[in-house]
Amino acid sequence: MTERTLRGKVAVVGVGETKYYKHSQSPDPEFVLALKAILAACADAGINPKDVDSFASYSNDRNDPSRIASALGCKELRFSNMQWGGGGGGGAAAVGNAAAAIVSGQADVAIVYRALAQGQFQRFGVAAAGGTVAGENALVNPYGIFVPAQRYAFKMMRFMHDHGIEREALRAIAMASYHHAQANPRAVMYGRPLSEEDYDNARWISEPSRLFDCCQENDGAAALVLVSAERAKDFRQKPAYILGVAQGSNHRHAARAYNATDLGTSSFGPVAPRLWEMAKLGPKDVDVLQSYENFTGGVLMSLVEHGYFKPEEANDFLKLENLIAPTGKLPMNTSGGNLAECYMHGLELQIEAVRQLRGTSTSQVPGAKVAGVIAGPMVTPVSTMILGSEETL
Amino acid sequence: MTYLPAGLPAPVTEADKLDQPYWEGTRQNKLMIQRCGSCGTWQWGPEWLCHECHSFDMKWVEVEGRGTIYSWTRCWHPVHPALKGFGPYIAVVVELPHAGKIRMLGNLLGEPQQEVEIGTPVTAVFEPHDDAKVPFTLVHWRQV
Ligand SMILES: [Zn+2]
Repeated sequence: MTERTLRGKVAVVGVGETKYYKHSQSPDPEFVLALKAILAACADAGINPKDVDSFASYSNDRNDPSRIASALGCKELRFSNMQWGGGGGGGAAAVGNAAAAIVSGQADVAIVYRALAQGQFQRFGVAAAGGTVAGENALVNPYGIFVPAQRYAFKMMRFMHDHGIEREALRAIAMASYHHAQANPRAVMYGRPLSEEDYDNARWISEPSRLFDCCQENDGAAALVLVSAERAKDFRQKPAYILGVAQGSNHRHAARAYNATDLGTSSFGPVAPRLWEMAKLGPKDVDVLQSYENFTGGVLMSLVEHGYFKPEEANDFLKLENLIAPTGKLPMNTSGGNLAECYMHGLELQIEAVRQLRGTSTSQVPGAKVAGVIAGPMVTPVSTMILGSEETL
Repeated sequence: MTYLPAGLPAPVTEADKLDQPYWEGTRQNKLMIQRCGSCGTWQWGPEWLCHECHSFDMKWVEVEGRGTIYSWTRCWHPVHPALKGFGPYIAVVVELPHAGKIRMLGNLLGEPQQEVEIGTPVTAVFEPHDDAKVPFTLVHWRQV
């Protein structure tokens, strides 16, 4: 039987993004942001947007591929795909879905995209007023639990309790993102460094998260162009090959009111081993990592469950000097990430991974050949991927 | 006097009535959860079938309102208009060891800045909202 894998079969050949705005401040409607990011990604690759035939997105993106293909005048629409689940969990899965479509002959030139203009719509971190709620929400909203910072607090609190995690470990994660944002003029937090005192003195949002443990909310859009490895060198940029991708969640994750079998988890427990198996690599092979920060506690659990360190090593490993480019043991969120570059539901992390492999990051890890991207943790399903340069094939 | 201010969303039974016995039970100060009539597995939240043996014969049984704190958060940032100027307040996930270790979420009554520790025993406290358009009762917890 032939091996079932995506390893080395698909490459990212173009990336594009709009300017990143604070939430509700985009001058453009959301659909325009999506179009601008897609056009930028095509221009980066040197591909005619009319030759795009497939689209994949996630997190209930509101921009319908059929409308996008019509607006762009694409010659035909082949594969169109929406990854189930919210909260950025699908950022790597959308890439994997598009790649699977390419490998199986259903797509040739695929765009993975995400656009957000929250001024047009309801924000994530604010609940709607009044009314009634049913189902899962009926078991949590009347108790004042509405938004991700609260809903996921129980997971982070339990994990930190079980493993004796200190606040300084979370602080290092936040500071790494802010550190890298200071080198990145595109970052929303460019020119706004974060000190240990700023972090420690910030107000609580929902324990164990203080203000700087929580991601921003932003407007903007991001897109990637994927083609088969055979065609990857026909385009303008150095290709970033998909070495592994995996998605899913842990046992009974969605059992209502916090009844997942294992609650104190990022949900990557059963997912990460499949990533390493496909990539034929392990945590020690990763030169640079982008790890989705909805909350720093989520990053902590993601790193542990991917095997970067054991829970009991977390307090020692999670120190700023270990997490920053170019010299850290595990340079992480090198564009500023969700916390300090932009909260583009993590698609900006995929783009940063590609930049690292091209050698064009504003916080470049010298000679980076293997780049990891962990999409939104704690939700269901989650997803994760590894990209590699040509030498890794 | 309720733990949280008025104006938060009111819980109602689902359109398909899956969770109706739970909400009806709370009106009588009873904690009703699911137990499989075929294999005895405890199950919460409610589902149409048993996740263990796939029997659709799910019974609703009353369980004693006690447990231990499994996890918790103290919420400071007001995320709902009704919570503006209010807070902090505490929400706990409580594990019920005598009911297959199922978990329930509620507020932890008492001083909002009280020390909270995972593993602490708690007991259920019913909070009726009789004046709501569709009256309902919430289930809170208090340190024993
Ligand atoms: Zn059963």
